[in-house]
Amino acid sequence: MTDPPSAKVLEIDGLNVSLSGRRVLDQVSFSVGTGEFTGLIGTNGAGKTTLLRTVLGMQAHESGSIRLLGRPRSRRSHLIGYVPQKANLDPDLPMRARDLVGLGLDGHRLGVPVRTRQRNAAVEESLAAVGAESFAGARVGQLSGGEQQRVLIAHAIISRPRLLLLDEPLANLDLHSGQEIVSLLAGIATDQNVAVLLSAHEINPLLPVMDSVVYLANGQAASGTTEEVIKTEVLSALYGHHVDVISVHGRILVVAGHEGLDHLTMSHDEVAG
Amino acid sequence: MRWFIEPGFWSSAPVQVALAIGGASAVVSAVVGVFTVLRGQSFAGHALTDVSTAGGSGALLLGVSPIIGFVGLGIIGAGVMDAIGVRRLRGRDLATGIVLGASIGLAALILYLDSTSRATTGATQQILFGSIFTIQSSTVPVVVGFGVAALALVTTLYRPLLLSTAGPEMAAARGVPERLVGVLFMAAMAVAVGLSSLTVGAILSTALLIGPAAAAIRLTRRIGWSLALAAVLGVAACWVGVLLAYDSYYWTSAHRAVPVSFFIVSLVFCFYLASGLGVRTRRHAAGRRAGPDPGTPVPGAGAATRRQAGA
Repeated sequence: MTDPPSAKVLEIDGLNVSLSGRRVLDQVSFSVGTGEFTGLIGTNGAGKTTLLRTVLGMQAHESGSIRLLGRPRSRRSHLIGYVPQKANLDPDLPMRARDLVGLGLDGHRLGVPVRTRQRNAAVEESLAAVGAESFAGARVGQLSGGEQQRVLIAHAIISRPRLLLLDEPLANLDLHSGQEIVSLLAGIATDQNVAVLLSAHEINPLLPVMDSVVYLANGQAASGTTEEVIKTEVLSALYGHHVDVISVHGRILVVAGHEGLDHLTMSHDEVAG
Repeated sequence: MRWFIEPGFWSSAPVQVALAIGGASAVVSAVVGVFTVLRGQSFAGHALTDVSTAGGSGALLLGVSPIIGFVGLGIIGAGVMDAIGVRRLRGRDLATGIVLGASIGLAALILYLDSTSRATTGATQQILFGSIFTIQSSTVPVVVGFGVAALALVTTLYRPLLLSTAGPEMAAARGVPERLVGVLFMAAMAVAVGLSSLTVGAILSTALLIGPAAAAIRLTRRIGWSLALAAVLGVAACWVGVLLAYDSYYWTSAHRAVPVSFFIVSLVFCFYLASGLGVRTRRHAAGRRAGPDPGTPVPGAGAATRRQAGA
């Protein structure tokens, strides 16, 4: 909030990451501005999770730089909130949604939580920000996918991060729940001035809210606005073979040009309208 | 009360020692057990009981108090399991299996040496199945000391342990040193298993670790309540078990007392069965409350409506 309007929350430059000898991210560079909503798009195995884990400091990188608010990222920064792809919350876990949100504030500290008025207020505020008040008292592992996603977001934003990373939050949701989560995140990005970097294999649900896009393929990235990146020339160069970008009724389809090398279709084929 | 508690129960010194040791080990096992069950490490807990068996019988051979062997070798076993790879899913089974096998082999050797080198018999019985009435009162402070240390460790680790139990990825993102937390928790588990080995015997100590915790987890919605309920159930099983074993001496004219461990483990088993009934009744009631339509009192309806409401 004190940053100049042009400030970058996250700046990644020439990032190289290998997993067991295989280069997964190759000279990846992009930046995310304050309060911006950025989609990290790519097929399965494109390196989206690796990129997010590297930003978090959970995965080492060989070379390149990661800067947060203009400074080199310190390990495990409190400036970043994270919603993992597979939380796998145990249905038998005796923990209310409210308790998991509270652990977002102080789960890394030693000792037992002290329920001060201040802590309770922060928990209630986070629950309200994601619209989770009505199921805050239920066992968190027994909530539906969409409800769990909201609780995980509340867990991630309670510590007031400046950057929120979400790994495929829409993967296991139906279209309607997915849309709800996307507009919820767009609201949080604006209200709390937190930049959102969300990975997805599907670009269309994000089109209404996305400020910019980072497109990953073959370990390389192209970034910019949707118009700049989602173009036949740019994506063909990225994939190393011809792909067609087709716009149909405001939705985007990326189609492998020939040989069917990859399954690149990014449409809502399964959903009518 | 005379009909239930046979004369001399409260004034008997072995009973007092048994109640103290049983109570302390039940509380520690219950608290550690809740996290053991939630972290899916019950099998690792069982492997630690086998390590305990080797440790306890080794202590007898050396003429040391069994508790030192139970806990000491247990902690070493926990370290070995971590080194082999208890953190990864496959590694966890592997580490457990390898340590379990090696320690049973070691226990077989030591128990054999025990039985051949010592004049007194019954070492095997004492280590494997416990004999809480024969523990010397000087052991009580040692047990309480170990117990307090294990509880202090779990209290200190409480929040990181809870977060890494709920979601390892979330804990890692928050900078929780998961491996360190895991190793320290395994050490607390080794102490808990060691203490219950003294109470119900090494072989049966898993029952005290897992049973009360599993029942409490079924019945509660908050981890704090799970811990408290597990402790109450564990202590109840131990104390009622001690009482029944004491009483059983008077049940037959032959005056042959039934082993304490049998009663304690049976009570734990009954608690677990009862918790299943408790859950079913509650779900039944919740299902009727949740549905405006009164015509669907089906078991499990509560869970179903929850899921539908969320979808």
